[in-house]
Amino acid sequence: MVDNKILETIRMIEEEHLDIRTITMGISLLDCIDGNGTVCRRKVYDKITAKAERLVKVGEEIESEFGIPIINKRISVTPVALLAGATDDMDCVAFAETLDAAAKTVGVNFIGGFSALVQKGYAKGDSALISSIPQALAQTERVCSSVNVGSTHAGINMDAVRQMGEIIKEAAALTADRQSIGCAKLVVFANAVEDNPFMAGAFHGVGEADCALNIGVSGPGVVKRAIEKVRGGSFTELAETIKLTAFKITRMGQLVGKEASERLNIPFGIVDLSLAPTPAIGDSVAHILEEMGLESVGTHGTTAALAMLNDAVKKGGVMACSHAGGLSGAFIPVSEDAGMIDAVNRGALNLEKLEAMTAVCSVGLDMIAVPGDTPAETISAMIADEAAIGVINSKTTAVRVIPAVGCKVGDFVEFGGLLGRAPIMPVNPFSSKLFIQRGGRIPAPIHSFKN
Amino acid sequence: MKTIITVLGNDRPGIVAGVAAALYNLNVNILDISQTIMDGYFTMTMLVDMEKAVKPFDEAKAEIVASGEPLGVNVRVQRAEIFDAMHKL
Repeated sequence: MVDNKILETIRMIEEEHLDIRTITMGISLLDCIDGNGTVCRRKVYDKITAKAERLVKVGEEIESEFGIPIINKRISVTPVALLAGATDDMDCVAFAETLDAAAKTVGVNFIGGFSALVQKGYAKGDSALISSIPQALAQTERVCSSVNVGSTHAGINMDAVRQMGEIIKEAAALTADRQSIGCAKLVVFANAVEDNPFMAGAFHGVGEADCALNIGVSGPGVVKRAIEKVRGGSFTELAETIKLTAFKITRMGQLVGKEASERLNIPFGIVDLSLAPTPAIGDSVAHILEEMGLESVGTHGTTAALAMLNDAVKKGGVMACSHAGGLSGAFIPVSEDAGMIDAVNRGALNLEKLEAMTAVCSVGLDMIAVPGDTPAETISAMIADEAAIGVINSKTTAVRVIPAVGCKVGDFVEFGGLLGRAPIMPVNPFSSKLFIQRGGRIPAPIHSFKN
Repeated sequence: MKTIITVLGNDRPGIVAGVAAALYNLNVNILDISQTIMDGYFTMTMLVDMEKAVKPFDEAKAEIVASGEPLGVNVRVQRAEIFDAMHKL
């Protein structure tokens, strides 16, 4: 064993915030479907608490033995709309409470899958679930919700886009006393992936196994430190450095995933290598982009820098593990990234630039706070723009915006913990109302017809 | 179970002896040791086998880590696979 390799690994963990961001157990609830809502929810609770009983303990054991922090232990489940639609009472808030209770019992900090997939239309359970989201998020602590409103194959469901603008406003209003935190647990997707381990958008797709373990690895600090060594170097050199670093990080995720799935006796799903920032100093994606030579993230060149970063990360990750999946790339949540917050404050980064960045990063407009009086139609239109970027470019995009009640541009909302603090960003003041009121579906793009 | 112990801190007499004594008490076998002074810092890595340790991993680890405290050095105990995974193809 070469000493400096050992020390390199230790430095990555201790100084550069390399961590396993999450081990997420995906649990199928399809076998819990029951016509009686009460019975169905009892089956859901029993299955989750049985399958995930040892998840937190095994996570802690691995953390101790390998000396690598595992920040979160989480659960994702089958989109609940599929279960709710079959029940007599269609009481979706009760389902959210069941998930919350199960999460508390097994000790995970988030459970994802209070979700509906409506890219082409609403089934019975979808309408009930979506309309219950604001109440469910206000009443529960650990439940995360997501709704898929578009896909490259189906186009964009503009009725759902319109409704989600209203739902986000309502979720903000119902949690107005807590900085509208309900919205921080709600993601609107286009091209949602079925094996994403990261919250708030994780759910366990219907094509997945009964139970699977997905790993989310992070490490913006490690990438930042690595590229500091190639200052002034060409992009070829830069891309290669990022790729090699991503490779090393993902190998660690692969090891932890393999070990955890063996100990839990469930199949290993995927490793998702996503550079996911946290509010901690030295854990910022924005600082990586600035290290590449941008005075501030948000200036001209930012999109190119992010595109290169995202691609190099994927290439390193794919080589490093047998099944790379999820979103794998770079996240740009504003409230969770100290560098992004600074860039907004200095006037370098605005919503329009963030939208351009989402065309090349792995997700979308993430953890962005906007004024509380932003109209629902404007939020719907933001969702429509993001969905269009995703659908046309065959990539996942998402919107997680917080119209913080009572807040205006210049204010800050503080969520604390991993969710961070968000500056209120201005939105375009001109109306999108008539556009959003049309409803119906935006047809799938021509290049979706590949059969 | 192959495990890597790393010891980092200011150099002084007795560091190797202190950590090795803790390992001896736990019946942990030392397979390889490498020690150097880097930029004035005492740096030691040990490859050990914890298979026959008399205590479970967590307790043994706590004792090994604690052995560094009176010596003013940081001790880390990690299974070796993590280094192999990252640096070996």
